[in-house]
Amino acid sequence: MISWRAIAAILLVTGPALLAGEIPPDARRSGYAFMGPDTRAMQDDDTANPGMLFVLDGEQLWKKTTGAADKACADCHGDARSSMKGIAARYPAFDKALGRPVTLDQRINLCRADHQQATPLPYESRDLLALSAFVGHQSRGIPITAGDDPQVKPFVDQGRALFMQREGQLNLACTNCHDDNFGKRLAGAPITQGQPTGYPLYRLEWQTLGSIERRLRSCMTGVRAQAYDYGSPELVALQLYLMSRARGLPMETPAVRP
Amino acid sequence: MAALINVPSKARRGEIIEIRTLTSHIMETGFRHTADGTLVPRDIITGFVCRYNGAEIFRADLFPAIAANPYLSFFTVAKESGKFEFEWIGDNGYSSTASASITVG
Ligand code: HEC
Ligand code: HEC
Repeated sequence: MISWRAIAAILLVTGPALLAGEIPPDARRSGYAFMGPDTRAMQDDDTANPGMLFVLDGEQLWKKTTGAADKACADCHGDARSSMKGIAARYPAFDKALGRPVTLDQRINLCRADHQQATPLPYESRDLLALSAFVGHQSRGIPITAGDDPQVKPFVDQGRALFMQREGQLNLACTNCHDDNFGKRLAGAPITQGQPTGYPLYRLEWQTLGSIERRLRSCMTGVRAQAYDYGSPELVALQLYLMSRARGLPMETPAVRP
Repeated sequence: MAALINVPSKARRGEIIEIRTLTSHIMETGFRHTADGTLVPRDIITGFVCRYNGAEIFRADLFPAIAANPYLSFFTVAKESGKFEFEWIGDNGYSSTASASITVG
């Protein structure tokens, strides 16, 4: 007789059941794996990777005092190489005071508001990108664990539902491209699995560093949907699901993409 | 502006070495318009010079079609220990410098 208990045990050790079309964990690959040799070479060489220019700017900002409290990030957090190591790999993370997950960008702005008494930096501003690139860079090579915290489970689920949801005039869901059709091409561009391993990253098309939210918003515009606002609960939930979906893949910040 | 310079710290006399430079700059072409139709003024790096112990060894003119954050790589012969100095100049009085040392043995 087949024991149902044994089946339940198997389900438990293999983690949450995959929905139709979802990529099994051992088949998950960073966007890096889909790039040409030139773009890979650019990402691999820190003196050719333009994202590193932003990391250098972020390092300066880390040491600079600002706001009414006249404090620098470094005054409280010390050497980022140890204090910020692995942090980006577990963001978005649950904020107890707010009762919801916050992204790394939001976390940095919370520190600016609460601890530096400074005005929050606008999304996609050079300074916010530089700080999050600098903090994110300290996690390079560290496996992603965001989404493991049981408190964020409902938000991961919300993000997964959004990922599966068809939208826009083209009526396509994220899953239709990034689960069902990765490895193929959309016009000239390779369709990747949409893994969030390298953000903020340098996109050659943008000629600058950009956040994951900018990327998600352009995927939404691409299917002619109304993109969610920067910092909206939907974008945070999507990021959280993408990070949990990339569980175990190493961080690459700052990556380079075509 | 931030710059990333890649020069070997040591070389043999007479060795051909590669120098790579990457610098921050938006390289605004001067051909783009905002949503309300106003022209975004040109703001680019127009020139780059590299000097090796004071003597110019490489020079480049840059133009609007060059991508943001220009990357330049070139070769030279390691003759003596000393310093490479790099200078970028551009629109609106833009000027930025960097340097790197080499030991030639
Ligand atoms: C006055 C002290 C202070 C300053 C200045 C400060 N922080 Fe923080 N930071 C904290 C504290 C305390 C926490 C823990 C969460 C909380 O209580 O807000 C924290 C948490 C964080 C976290 C999350 C760490 C984790 O384990 O999840 C990041 C990332 C961070 N800070 C980045 C920054 C950056 C970047 C700056 C500069 C722009 C900065 N902080 C400035 C005190 C500070
Ligand atoms: C019509 C197909 C299509 C749809 C639908 C789509 N994308 Fe994309 N997406 C792309 C292409 C093409 C790229 C660029 C190639 C790349 O870098 O992955 C991309 C890039 C990405 C990336 C960047 C991956 C990297 O390596 O940096 C992420 C993350 C992403 N998409 C997430 C999403 C999410 C979330 C949705 C749903 C809101 C979505 N995409 C919908 C085609 C699509």
